[in-house]
Amino acid sequence: MITLGNVLALSGILFALAVAGVFINRKNVILLLMCVELLLLAANFNFIAFARYLGDIGGQVFVFFVLTVAAAESAIGLAILVVLFRERRTINVEDLDTLKG
Amino acid sequence: MNPQVLIAIALLPLAAAVVAGLLGQRIGRVGAHSVAIAGVAISCLLSLQVLRQIYWQGVPTFDAPIYTWLVSDGIPMQVGFLIDRLSALMMVVVTFVSLCVHVYTVGYMRDDPGYQRFFSYISLFTFSMLMLVMANNFMQLFFGWEAVGLVSYLLIGFWYTRPSAIAANLKAFLVNRVGDFGFVLGIAGVLYYSGSLHYSEAFSAAPHMATQMLPLSAATSVPALTLICICLFIGAMGKSAQVPLHVWLPDSMEGPTPISALIHAATMVTAGIFMVARMSPLFEYSDTALSFVLVIGATTAFFMGLLGVVNNDIKRVIAYSTLSQLGYMTVALGVSAYSAAIFHLMTHAFFKALLFLAAGSVIIGMHHEQDMRKMGGLAKYMPITAVTSWIGALALIGTPFFSGFYSKDTIIEAVGASHRWGAGYAYFCVLAGVFVTALYTFRMLFMTFHGPERFRDVAHHDGEHADEPGRAAGHQDAAARSDPHESPAVITVPLIALAIPSVVIGFMTIGTVLYGGYFGASIRVLEKNAVMSELAREFHGPVDFALRGFLTPTFILALAGVFAAWLYFLRRPQLAAAAARRWSSLRSLLLNKYYFDWFNEKILVPGALLLGRGLWHGGDQTVIDGGFVDGTAATIGRAGRLMRRVQSGYLYAYAFWMIIGLAVLLGWFLNKTR
Repeated sequence: MITLGNVLALSGILFALAVAGVFINRKNVILLLMCVELLLLAANFNFIAFARYLGDIGGQVFVFFVLTVAAAESAIGLAILVVLFRERRTINVEDLDTLKG
Repeated sequence: MNPQVLIAIALLPLAAAVVAGLLGQRIGRVGAHSVAIAGVAISCLLSLQVLRQIYWQGVPTFDAPIYTWLVSDGIPMQVGFLIDRLSALMMVVVTFVSLCVHVYTVGYMRDDPGYQRFFSYISLFTFSMLMLVMANNFMQLFFGWEAVGLVSYLLIGFWYTRPSAIAANLKAFLVNRVGDFGFVLGIAGVLYYSGSLHYSEAFSAAPHMATQMLPLSAATSVPALTLICICLFIGAMGKSAQVPLHVWLPDSMEGPTPISALIHAATMVTAGIFMVARMSPLFEYSDTALSFVLVIGATTAFFMGLLGVVNNDIKRVIAYSTLSQLGYMTVALGVSAYSAAIFHLMTHAFFKALLFLAAGSVIIGMHHEQDMRKMGGLAKYMPITAVTSWIGALALIGTPFFSGFYSKDTIIEAVGASHRWGAGYAYFCVLAGVFVTALYTFRMLFMTFHGPERFRDVAHHDGEHADEPGRAAGHQDAAARSDPHESPAVITVPLIALAIPSVVIGFMTIGTVLYGGYFGASIRVLEKNAVMSELAREFHGPVDFALRGFLTPTFILALAGVFAAWLYFLRRPQLAAAAARRWSSLRSLLLNKYYFDWFNEKILVPGALLLGRGLWHGGDQTVIDGGFVDGTAATIGRAGRLMRRVQSGYLYAYAFWMIIGLAVLLGWFLNKTR
């Protein structure tokens, strides 16, 4: 039997993995985007779990919205990435420090 | 009285100054001096008319504002005139001496390139001095006070290419600032306690002010009126060159001689005396302040006179004489004999202006030589100058029947009759001063006009006494070897014009001015201080006064002074040299002017510099600049440098901070809602 706790634990692990991915990854911006997606999925997972647990369909509807926005976001993110690569000839995270104060 | 006339008296010299100063190049030399002389002459005639109205026709005192400059916090700052017998007398003295000096200047400054500028300055001075004496409020008094100081500064430094003149005018200005500081404090005190800047209101508040105490700290307090009077008198000490603020006056002789006569002998330096007499309703209520005035004046009268005995510069001898005579006037103020002080001021204005102008005539005759050691026997070459100098000298030492006798003897008797604290010391000083006065005056006369003719022995223009620039060049080659000559009429006529009042003015006016109640309500003397009314009981007319003068110790002292001068400087000069050797330490004390200049230059000025540097480096640069101004910027900069470490520029770092922030916010939020 899969309990709410199990699902939430999975979601937490997923979230933690994604966060670790954001921090540990020093190489590739694409990996960063993927990790961000993972973060969103972990959140979605929570939504679904609670929607099921509480019998409220609103949570599942919300997930669709999030997925839509996430898709759009990754599309824009990838587009930026393409432009960035044309400009700098690199997508190495270590080299992208123009925000430095 | 018509206020238009009063405005005209004050403004005509100003208009002349503006015309001569701004249009000087266009109207030329003759135009400039015509305008200036006309302005002062009309002013003088109108002043005489005012005096006539006030005294003979009994026109009531004029006291009204003319123009309100501004009103601040309910206190009006006005231009206004108070014309009573005191100010009318001062106006006549100022304009008359000024007129003589204007005429004299035509001859004295004939070849000077700054001719128009000079006339502009002295007309401006006349205006300022008139504003000072005609004022009916402290504001205008202060305006006139500062304006005469400014013109004095400009005129001492008239030959601005000479370093010594620039040093002298700076010195005069700075020393006067010290006095003016006290003066401003005094005026502020009057305003604080009486609530008004007007003389009449301030004076009517005087009995009330006398009861006030000014707390200095929690435990001590001083009588407010005494402090105010002493502060006001410190202003007078600066302007009237009383010890220890006298140091500027001898140096001011760097200016042209007509200026020494007008400003530094007859009028401006007596502004302090006039001011204290004007403030008599205040000073009367403070015995302490009057004793202070008395002691300062007595010290000046005697010790400054002594300096005249060792000086060899003819103008400086007269300058020290002026200091000493100003001391006499101050002494008279100190014993509440205000009318005697003003009387001496008036007679002194005439005979001292005469002596200065005569000295100027000698200086021209000697082709700009001021050292008396290079003169001698000039009486033969310059008879008019010599005779008028003799008249001035006899008036100065107080020969009976001359003007100086009446005023000076009255002061000495007033001091003798006074019971004020310090009067004993003052009596000694003024009596000893009589001997000293006679000694230096006749030393100067004998060295200049009599004895061997030394001017042929030494080459002139040896550079020791720098000549007046612009004038020396024309004279030098042609005149260096020629004999001294009598000066032209523009110079001798003012000498004669001043010689007449120097002889007769005392005889003519003592009865009215001193004992006839001339000053009336202008000067207030309390019953207990009324030395003049004591003297009045023994006064039986000027002739009797003069005849009694022959029997007083004063006359014997003066005679002894003349005899000593004759013996030491004319008959047996080797005695003077021997005395100089024997009393060498005293002589060096006198030659160094009691080390006042030394003290100022070696202790006061370096001390002030040290303090200034300390405040500059310590206070300004370290605390204000380093701590506050640059300190704020530096602190923000340091904080910024610390903060910018966070801004690494890496995406993951930003993400990390976001997540940390989110976690913190969430944690806080959950904690709160629980």
